[in-house]
Order: sequence, then structure tokens, then C-alpha cells
Amino acid sequence: MNLLEIKNLKMDFGKDADALRAVDGVSLTIGAGETVCLVGESGCGKTVTALSIARLVPTPPANYVGGEILLNGQDTLKMSSRELQQIRGGVVSYVFQDPGASLNPVFRIGNQIKESLKLHKPEKANDAEVIRLLKLVGIPAPESRIRNYPFEMSGGMQQRVMIAIALASEPKLLVADEPTTALDVTIQAQILDLLSELKQRLGMAILLITHNLGIVGDMADRVAVMYAGQIVELSPARELLRRPLHPYTRALMNSVPKLRGDADRLSAIPGNVPRIGNFPPGCRFAPRCPIAKPECSKKIPELLEVEPGRFVRCPFWK
Amino acid sequence: METAAPISAAEAKAPLSPWQLFWQRLKRRRIAMAGGVILIFLYAVAIFGGFVAPYRYDRIDNNSFFHPPIWPRVQGFHLVVPRYEPGNGTFAYRLVLNDTKPLHFFVRGGKYELFGFIPTSVHLFGTGDDNYPVFLFGADQFGRDVFSRLLYGSQISLSIGVIGISISFVLGMIIGGISGYFAGLTDTLIMRLCELVMSIPALYLIISLRNTFPPGMSSAQIYAMIIVILSFIGWASMARVIRGMALSLREQQFILAARAAGATPIRVIVRHILPNTFSYVIVAATLSVPYYILGEVVLSFLGVGIQEPSASWGNMLTAAQNTDYLQHYPWLLAPGAAIFVTVLAFNFLGDGLRDAADTKSL
Repeated sequence: MNLLEIKNLKMDFGKDADALRAVDGVSLTIGAGETVCLVGESGCGKTVTALSIARLVPTPPANYVGGEILLNGQDTLKMSSRELQQIRGGVVSYVFQDPGASLNPVFRIGNQIKESLKLHKPEKANDAEVIRLLKLVGIPAPESRIRNYPFEMSGGMQQRVMIAIALASEPKLLVADEPTTALDVTIQAQILDLLSELKQRLGMAILLITHNLGIVGDMADRVAVMYAGQIVELSPARELLRRPLHPYTRALMNSVPKLRGDADRLSAIPGNVPRIGNFPPGCRFAPRCPIAKPECSKKIPELLEVEPGRFVRCPFWK
Repeated sequence: METAAPISAAEAKAPLSPWQLFWQRLKRRRIAMAGGVILIFLYAVAIFGGFVAPYRYDRIDNNSFFHPPIWPRVQGFHLVVPRYEPGNGTFAYRLVLNDTKPLHFFVRGGKYELFGFIPTSVHLFGTGDDNYPVFLFGADQFGRDVFSRLLYGSQISLSIGVIGISISFVLGMIIGGISGYFAGLTDTLIMRLCELVMSIPALYLIISLRNTFPPGMSSAQIYAMIIVILSFIGWASMARVIRGMALSLREQQFILAARAAGATPIRVIVRHILPNTFSYVIVAATLSVPYYILGEVVLSFLGVGIQEPSASWGNMLTAAQNTDYLQHYPWLLAPGAAIFVTVLAFNFLGDGLRDAADTKSL
């Protein structure tokens, strides 16, 4: 059994006539100890999909229309709020983009880590355990650091604290929502190294949301590429990076600036991501697609397995 | 070679906590500090009221109706209290020359309970002789010492503000926090309720609420009732402000992070949203205490507050309503001066706290 199985998840913002489909039929599995990357442009539904795992998107305005999210075999969409509070932090923990904003500014970091312990491991809510966690995430001199306020720490240190909070309850799945976007490049590398090391040591699965394809190469076992609320390509990371199949993935990889070469201009995907609620008919990428054919705009293509383990939502991928 | 510093450089440069920064900024504001010192003094005197007061609040001296203030004076190495005797005309007193009694400290006098439960009869000062009274602020129409009554009254008037604020602010914070965090229908209902409470003119509400309580209550009951009434009116405006802050705080990422860690809504409100409103709440509370003190004054002044013979600043001022009294016995206005000083001190301190809580100020 997979640790996480998202099946055909459909989520709207708003109700009835005003409903805007933000997530449209996303299916994704994560096995125990696996690292899956969720890639896509801003606004394509990565974050709401990830937040849905612990049902953290407030309803309303969000509205789950269909599908199920099986975490350890239990559907989180059908859970009571009490069960959800057990799941949150207990089975799935989150690390967010901006560590400075994720920590409560008025409490010492030691107390914030302790709070996570109190919620899920009350018997271990003591300074010794907090110090052990801070050591685990590589914070020097943790004995004195526990008395620091968040604003006394650098961004990288803050993100380490966030990871310590997330790990306090020993979750099975760590959802990291662009954990390094707000950090500079060297700190990024440190945090990612830390994540892969912890993953090895603690044997947890990671769902990593990013739009940095370099991170995908470093971290991911498998990659799901999202576009306009749908997964357009799902594939083992190595194969995807070597040979992307979907035209959107190809365009995305072409947009990565290269240091070598004599191109004067950076290549970009023409046009914009369609606005939610204003998706084009048929294939949603068709208006920007270099290989689009007239029939692309008629019917939404299926996500089909075209090679073992490789799924593509485009009939013309060859 | 210099000797090693007693603390390491890292420790010496450790950044200050928010409270330390707050305190540093507050210390620089002289007027606020003065207000704070005055308040600490007033509250300390109120707590030790029975000890500082030479007499009990209800001790009647039949020979001293409307007695003018009697101040000790220096004679040789002693402080002595002069004696007055009835003069010509009603309530006129004449100084008796060369008839004084030395003033003693820690003198035995009338029995009272220190802090309300330690029976004792030691007073800070006094003559120990009923024929030589010390009326620092004169005596009232029943021959009771205004200074002593002022101290006993301060126990009621000063504590009403603090207790009232505590109740109404705790209510306002919890209700406002719930309203802002849950938003939607909950928010609408709670806010309409707040507006309802706020739309009723406060004074009428106070008086009509007062009338719902049975007559003939004890002073302690009336005291509790006044606090309840004032808190009932006061929570709504607090709840509205906290609700507004909660509405913006709930969108913050650390609230999402707390929810993602499995915190219950109540925990998120109490542990994460409300502490972020504290800097505002402390300032608002300090600036609101005077309204509660004045509220008690108004109620007692109208005769629906603390009842005689118990003393409160409000019911002491009731005696000063009469212009005739005011003209001849101006010392009856002493509680007015006390209210003035207290309210001013609270406002100075509150202004200073507000500036100190504003991180953009220097």
C-alpha cells in the first residue's frame, strides 16, 4: 500500500455558478520513503494540492467536488476535525516557503518546537528533546539558540527551525512547499542536503514543491509536472530530465538559462498561464504549445502511460 | 594585555528580546515613567490603605463636622499636631495656642484588617489621643477623616479599573479572536451583537442594569456589580479591534503552520493570534482604566454605586455636589484631585506605552 494516494482529486474555489476549478482530476501516489517533486508555474495548483493532503485549504471558499486522498489508507477528505488534527503534524508535516513568516514572531523558537511536541508527543515535550531536534537539523549551539526569537536568526536558520518543528512528531510524509525559494543559493543547497540526509535517516517520504528544475535533479525519485490544475506529465525524475515528453515540460526545461552558449535572449514560453476559471477548451497548454494541432482544442487529452512508469497528457508527444 | 571580559562577546551582543526593547524605549519617555511611578505609589498606598490611614473610613468624630485640614508642624525636633476648638458660628474652628501633641509613627489606633485579613491596630502615624485628631485633608459632614476615607476609597476606585479591564479585555480578546479567526457567519453574528451592545447609550444601560439588581445589597456585592456592569459595556469595543487584528493575522503563514502542525482552533487563537495583539492590548488597557474609574465615580455620584458609609472616590464627591459646601469646605474636593492625578497618570503611561510599542519609533 502506498503512503499517500491521491485519486482524481477535484477542488473548486467558490460554489455552483461561481465555482472555479483549481485542481482538476489530480492523481498522485507517494510510497513510503519516496521523494516526489511537484513542478509547475505559479498558480497551477501545486500548493492547494499539497495543502489538501491534510485538508488545510479552508472550506469555504474551497470546495472538494470529487476524488479521494488516501493517507495510510484513510481518506482525509472524510475525516472529522479531530482526526485531522492527529494527521496534521502526526502523519504529514509541512515546511513552507518563507521561514520568517512561518514562525510566530512573539515566541522563542524553543517554545515553538516544544508546542509541536506537546501536540503529538506530550511525554517528550522537554528542553532535552528540543535541543536534540535542533542538533538534528544542524543548528550550532542549540542550548543557547532555544532562547532566541525568530527575528534573531538568519533565513537559513529559521528554515532549519521550521524543519525541526516539522520533524518533532516524526511524520511519515514531509510536504515541503518551495522550502528554499526565499533563501539564497548556498543556503538552498544546505537545506536541500539537510532534507535528503534526514530523509535517509528517518525514512520519511517527501513531497517537494518547487519550480526549480535543478532541485528536481538533486532530490526527486519521481516528478509530477502540473499545468493549469492538471498533471501533464508524471515520470521518474532521471528519465524526465533526460528526455521530457510533454511539450510543456520541454518548454519548461528550455526556459532554464544556460551559462554556456551564445544565446542573446533567454527563451521563454510564449503567452501566460491561463487564469483559473478561464481555461481554454481541450488541451489547456494548446494556445502556447509549439506543436499544437487543431484537434488539440477539441478534447482534453488523457494522462496515458506511454512508457513503463511514464505518464503524459499529450497524444502528440512523439 | 587586557583582562578577559567577564562575559563573552557573543553574549554581550545578544539581541534584546522584544520585551527588553519595549522596556528600553519606555524608559526613555520621562513623562510616561513619571506616570508609572505615580501609579505604583498610588496602588502601593491603596494596598496598605488601612495602615497608612490614621482612622477607619467610618470613624465619626462628633466634635469635628467639616473640620478644616490639620497639618502637623515642626517644633524643635518633633512633629506636633495643634489642637482646635469650636469657634463662633456653625462648623467654625479656632486654633488653640500652645496646645500641641507630638505626632508618633507606628502608633496604636483603631482596629482594622491589613490586606483585609490581618487584624491589627498599628497605624503609620497618629497622636494616639482622640482629643488631638490629625485630619490631613480635613473632615467631612459627619466628622470623618477625608484623608483616611480617600485611602479606603482608593482601594475600591483603583481596583475597579484594573479588575474591570481584566474582565472586559479577556472577554473582548476571546470573543474578538473567535470572531476574526472563524470569520464568515460566526463573525457576522458576533459583530452585530457587539454593535448592539455599543449602540446603547452607556449611561442609560448602566442605570437600567443597576435597577435590575435588588436594593439593599452589601458594599461588596455592589462593588462586584459595578465591575460586571462596566465590563459588560466595555468588552464590545475591544472585541471589534481584536477581531480586526485576528482577521489579518489569520492569513499569516505562521497560522497556517500552526494549523498544519495539528493545533486546534482554540489553541491557534489563544497561543498564536492573541499573543500577537498583546502590544496593542497593553496600551489600550492602560488608556481604558480611567474610563472604569470614572464609571465608578459616575455611578456613585448618582447614588447607585458604592453606598455610605463605605468610601469610594465617587460617593465622597457626592458630598461636594453642594455649592455651599464647596465654597466653605473646599477640602471635600480632595477625591476629585485624586481622580485627576490618577487619570492623568494613566494617560501619560498609556501614551508612553503606545510610543514604546510602536517599533518604528526611536
